[in-house]
Amino acid sequence: MTDNDRFALRASVEEFLFREAALLDDWRLEEWVDLFADDARYVVPSTDLPEGDPTRDLVFINDDIVRLRARAARLNSRYSHRENPRSRTRRFVSNVRVEETDDGQLSVSANVLVYRFRSGEGAPYVGTIDYILRRDGGDLRIAYRRAVLDLEDLSRHGAVSIIF
Amino acid sequence: MDIQDLIIDDRDRGIFRVHRSCMTSFDLFQRERELIFNRCWIYLGHESEVENPGDYRRRTVAGRPLFFIRSKDGRVRVFLNSCPHRGAMVCRRGAGNAKTLQCFYHAWTFSTSGELIGVPGREAYGPRFKRSEHGLKEPPRVESYRGFYFVSFNPKVEDLVTYLAGARDYLDLVVDQAEEGMRVISGSNKYAISANWKLLAENSLDGYHLIPTHRTYVDYMSGLGTDDSGDTLASRPPGAGRALGNGHCVSENISRNGRPIARWHPVFGEEAKPRIARVRRRLVKKYGEERAYRMADTSRNLLIYPNLLIMDFVAISIRYIEPLAPDRMDVTAWHLVPREESGAALATRLDSYLTFLGPGGFATPDDVEVLESCQTGFRASGNAWSDISRGMLKADPGTADELQMRGFWRQWHANMQGLSQANAQDGQPGGGER
Repeated sequence: MTDNDRFALRASVEEFLFREAALLDDWRLEEWVDLFADDARYVVPSTDLPEGDPTRDLVFINDDIVRLRARAARLNSRYSHRENPRSRTRRFVSNVRVEETDDGQLSVSANVLVYRFRSGEGAPYVGTIDYILRRDGGDLRIAYRRAVLDLEDLSRHGAVSIIF
Repeated sequence: MDIQDLIIDDRDRGIFRVHRSCMTSFDLFQRERELIFNRCWIYLGHESEVENPGDYRRRTVAGRPLFFIRSKDGRVRVFLNSCPHRGAMVCRRGAGNAKTLQCFYHAWTFSTSGELIGVPGREAYGPRFKRSEHGLKEPPRVESYRGFYFVSFNPKVEDLVTYLAGARDYLDLVVDQAEEGMRVISGSNKYAISANWKLLAENSLDGYHLIPTHRTYVDYMSGLGTDDSGDTLASRPPGAGRALGNGHCVSENISRNGRPIARWHPVFGEEAKPRIARVRRRLVKKYGEERAYRMADTSRNLLIYPNLLIMDFVAISIRYIEPLAPDRMDVTAWHLVPREESGAALATRLDSYLTFLGPGGFATPDDVEVLESCQTGFRASGNAWSDISRGMLKADPGTADELQMRGFWRQWHANMQGLSQANAQDGQPGGGER
C-alpha cells in the first residue's frame, strides 16, 4: 500500500467515525444502530478492568444487535429517566489508527472525548474506542465496537447513560 | 429536632413517616458514623477475591482505608491501610499480589501476615525498639460467613452469625445454589450517586417502584417473551417483604423473569433448557422440593444492615454502599457466580446480569436518576416527611408494600437513639431495647 492509499483509507475511516459521532450527538440513535452489522457487538468494560472479557468478566455493557436496538429504543423513550430530558453531548474523535486485517476487515482505534452536560453538571467520558469495520459495498459497517473508558470509576456520571 | 421525633411510627393507625432531615443533616450523618458504622458489622469483601497467597484487595469501608490479603498460611487477614511508622498507605494498588508489603516512605517492610520484617538502619533505634510492636494494625474484629468477610470497629460487637439473625438463612439460599461454592468474577461496577446512602438501601428493597421507574426494562423483557409454564407459579403465595432482625430485611419475590441458576426464560435460548433442568434436579435432590423451589423460582433482594445488598434475581450482585456525605455515596457492585459455571452457562448469567443491573444496564441508571431527584427535591422544604406506610395494616405485606423498608428504618432509628434493637415488625409496639 502506498502512503497515498493509507491516507485515503484513514480519511475514509475518519469520515465514517465523524458521521457516527454526529449521529450520536444528534440523538439519531436508530440511524446509529443501522451502522452495525447484524452479528455485531458493542462492549464497554468496567473501569477497573479495561481488558475485561465479557464472556468471563463483569463489564458495563455487552450488547448484541437485539439489545443494541433495544438500548436505542430505550434511550429514545421518555421513560429512560436518566436521559429525560436528554443530556447535551459533544464528541471529539482523534488519533485515528487504521490497520487492515488478514481477512480484509479494518481494525480501527480512536481516542474519544465526549462531554456530557445535564442537570447543571458537565463531565467528560474519555477513552479509546476500538472498532472492527467491515466493507459492505461502498460503505462500512461496524462489526465490533469496544469503548474503553480511561475514567477510574463513574463517580462523575453515576452511569453510562449515553452511548460512549 | 429530637432524634426520637425523626420517625413517626404509628402502628395502630398505619402511619409511617421519615423526616427528610435524616437524608440531609450533616449532624445526623456524623451520628450515623458513630452509632451505626462504628458499631455494626460492615461488609469488606469475598474470600474468592484473594484466591492465592499474596493476593490482596484495597477497600474503603465506612470511611476507613483498609486492605485484605491472603497470607502465606492461607488465612485471609485484614489490615488498616496505614503504615504503623508514619501513616502512609502501605497498599497503593486496588488489587494485586505481593510477597511482602513495603511502605514507600521509609521502606519499612511487612510480611503478608502483618509482621514488621524490615527496618532500614535498624541499629539506629534504641534497644527498647521491638519490631513486634510495629506490625500492621488490624480492625478490632474480623469474621466471615460462607465466604463473605465483615469487619467491625466495635470490639464488643456480637459474633457475626448472631448479628446476621434471620438474614443468615437467606444468605444460605444464595450460596447453596452453587455446587462448588461461589466466586466473585473479575471486574467491578463503581459509580457514585449524589444522594443519601439510605435512599439506595430503601430503593433496593422497593417493589412498588418497579413498574413506573423501570418501565423500559419491563417492556424489553416482556417483548422477549415470558414463560409461566412448568411449576404453577399461580398456586404459590405471592412475594413478601420481611424484616429479619437487626435491621436486615428482604424483598422476596416469585420470579417470572428467568433465573440463571434454574429457572428458564426465553431470553436464555432453547439450548439452555437441558442444563437448567439438570441443575434444578440437583437442587431438588440435595435440598428437597420446597427449598429448591425457593432457590430456583424466587428471587430475593437482601439487605444486610446497614449498607450491603445481595441482589439475587436476574443474577447475583453484591452491592456495597459507602456513604461519603449526607448527599453523596459511592456504590460498588460485584458479580457472584457459582464456581462450577463456565462457557455457555456463565455467558447466560453474565448476559442476564447486564440487562437489568449496573450503570450500563436498562434499569440501574433510572435508579441513580430517581435518587438524585429525591435528594434535590428534599431542598424544597426544611420540614417535610417521606411516607413509607404502604401495606402497614396488612397481615401479610407483599414486596410492593414497605415492611422491609420500615424494618430498616426502625433499626436505624433505634441505633440513632443508642438502642441496639428495634421491634421491626408492623403491629407490634414500637420502642427498642438497649
